[in-house]
Amino acid sequence: MPDLKITTDLRTSPHLKQVVTVPQIMRNVVYALLPVCAYSVFAFGLSVLLLLITTTLTCILTEWLYCRLADKPSSLDDWSIVITGLLLALTLPPGFPLWMAAVAAFVAVGLGKALFGGLGYNVMNPALVGRAFVQAAFPVAITTWTPPFLPGRFQELIPTTLTQPFMIPPDINGWIEQQRVDAFSGATPLALQKFEQIITPLPDLVLGSIAGSAGETSALIIILGGLYLAARKMLDWRIPVAVMAGAIIIALPLWLVDAARYPDPLFVLFSGGLMLGAVFMASDMVASPVTPWGVWIYGLFIGMLTVVIRLFGGLTEGVMYAILLGNAISPLISNMTQPRIFGSRDS
Amino acid sequence: MASLPNQQETITLDTFLRGLWQENPVFVMLLGMCPVLAVTNSAINALAMGLASTFVLVASNSLVSLMRHFIPKQVRIATYIIIIATFVTMVDYAIQAISLELYNALGAFIQLIVVNCMILGRAEAYASKQRLGATIINGLGIGAGFTFALLCLGIVREILGAGSLFGFDLFGDQFQPWVVMILPPGGFFVLGAWLLLFNWLRTRREAKLLETEGAPHDG
Repeated sequence: MPDLKITTDLRTSPHLKQVVTVPQIMRNVVYALLPVCAYSVFAFGLSVLLLLITTTLTCILTEWLYCRLADKPSSLDDWSIVITGLLLALTLPPGFPLWMAAVAAFVAVGLGKALFGGLGYNVMNPALVGRAFVQAAFPVAITTWTPPFLPGRFQELIPTTLTQPFMIPPDINGWIEQQRVDAFSGATPLALQKFEQIITPLPDLVLGSIAGSAGETSALIIILGGLYLAARKMLDWRIPVAVMAGAIIIALPLWLVDAARYPDPLFVLFSGGLMLGAVFMASDMVASPVTPWGVWIYGLFIGMLTVVIRLFGGLTEGVMYAILLGNAISPLISNMTQPRIFGSRDS
Repeated sequence: MASLPNQQETITLDTFLRGLWQENPVFVMLLGMCPVLAVTNSAINALAMGLASTFVLVASNSLVSLMRHFIPKQVRIATYIIIIATFVTMVDYAIQAISLELYNALGAFIQLIVVNCMILGRAEAYASKQRLGATIINGLGIGAGFTFALLCLGIVREILGAGSLFGFDLFGDQFQPWVVMILPPGGFFVLGAWLLLFNWLRTRREAKLLETEGAPHDG
C-alpha cells in the first residue's frame, strides 16, 4: 500500500492536555511577584530596584550563554528565568552589593539549573541555590540589614550597593546612624526574637515595616499573590498550606509550654522568609513531589524543619536550607507515595 | 588501557605525556579524590601535596617494578602497601624537617598518601608489569598530571578564597574573600568546574577528529 497516506497522528497518552502552557504559568507567577517587588522597592528604595534589575539581567545572560554553549534553542521566552532572577533578588538584603548579587545569579542559573539540563530538570530551586552559595561565600554581607522607609531612599542608594567588584563592602553602621532611625539595631525580627526575646508586633510583620531581606517584608502582599496563583490553578495550594501547618505543628506546643522563651505561632508564620518561601519557592513545580500525599509530606517537612532550625539552630532563619533539603528529598517522597494503580492490589 | 599484561611498553614521549592529559589521574580517572578535595585550599599546599605524591609514586613504583618477579601474587597488595608506606614515612619526615608550617597545614593527608588509590592503582596496573625505565617515565607523567590537577584547584581556590597566590597578596586588603572557596564545598565546586571544562574540551576535540578523520583518534 505505497500510496496510502496515514492521517492518524500516532502518539501515546495523555491525549487530553491542559490548554495552559509553561510560558503562561511562568508569566502569571511573574505577575504575582511584581507587587511584592514593587512594595519592596517602595520600602527600601532604589537599591532594591537595582538589585532586581541586576539579578534578572544576570540570570537572563547566563541562560542565554548556556543555550549558546549547549547548542540548544533559546529558552528565554518561557519566562522561568525571570522568576529565578526576581526571587533571588527578593531573598537578598536590600543593600547587598550588586557584584555579589550578580555572582549569586550566575551560580543560581549555572549551577542550579543549566548544569542539570535547564528548565524541568533542576533538582533544587535555582534561586535558593544561588542564595545558599553567597550565604556561604559572603556571610557578612548577606546578614547586613538596613531599616525600611528611610526618608532619602529614593534619592540615594544604600552605600553598600555600589561596592566595587571583588571588594569588601563599606561599613554601614555610620550611615544608618546618620539616617536618625530610632532604635534600629540592624537586626531582623527573627534575630531580635532569638537573641533578645523581643517580639515584633504582628501588624508590622503583616504590613512589612521591618528590616529583612528585600522580599520578606510584607506577608500580606505575598499571600495575595499566592491566592491569585492558587485561584488560577497555577500553584498547588497544598504546598504553602502544608508548610505553614508544619511550622505551626512545631511552634504551637513549644509556645504553650514556655511562652517566654518561644515565639507565638503567628510570629513564626509572618516573620522572616517563611511566607515568601512557602508561597513562591517551595511550590517550585519541578523540584516538589508530584503525588498528592507526597506534596503534604514535603510541605510539612519544610515547615517543621524551618522552625527547628530557627529555634534550635545557630542561624536565625532556616527557610532556605529547609526548602533545599525538601527539594533534595522530593524524588524520594514521590517514589514512596505512588498511588495504587486502579484495579491493582496492594502487595 | 594501553598496557596489556606481559607486553613491554617501549618508552616514547607518550609514556610521559599520557599521564599528563589522556590518563590524567584526577580529571580523567578520578583517582585520589581525598587529597584533591582536602588540601587544595591554597596553591602552596596543592603543590607540596602533588610533589610529595609524585615522589612516592615514582619511588614506590620503581621498587615494585624491580621486584615484580619476586612478589608472590597472593600477597602483592600487602607488599605494595609496605613499599608505599616506606616512602610515605620518608616524605613525612622530610616535610617535617623542611617546613613544620606546611606539615601542619597538610595534616594527616601526608600519611594518607599510603592509601591513595592512584599510587596503588599504578603499582597494580603498570609497575608490576613493566620494566624499570618505562615505569619511572610513566610515574613521572602521572605524578605531573596529579600535581597539575591539584594546582588547577589550588590556584583557583586560593585566588578566590584568600585573594592571594602562593601566599602573595594579589588584590590588596580591600579584597572580599569568598569564604566558601576555602571550605570543603569550594573544593567540590571547583573540581566540578574543572571537570566540566576538561570534558567539554575533550568532547569538542573528539568531535573535530571525527569530522576530519572519520573515526575517533583512539577508539
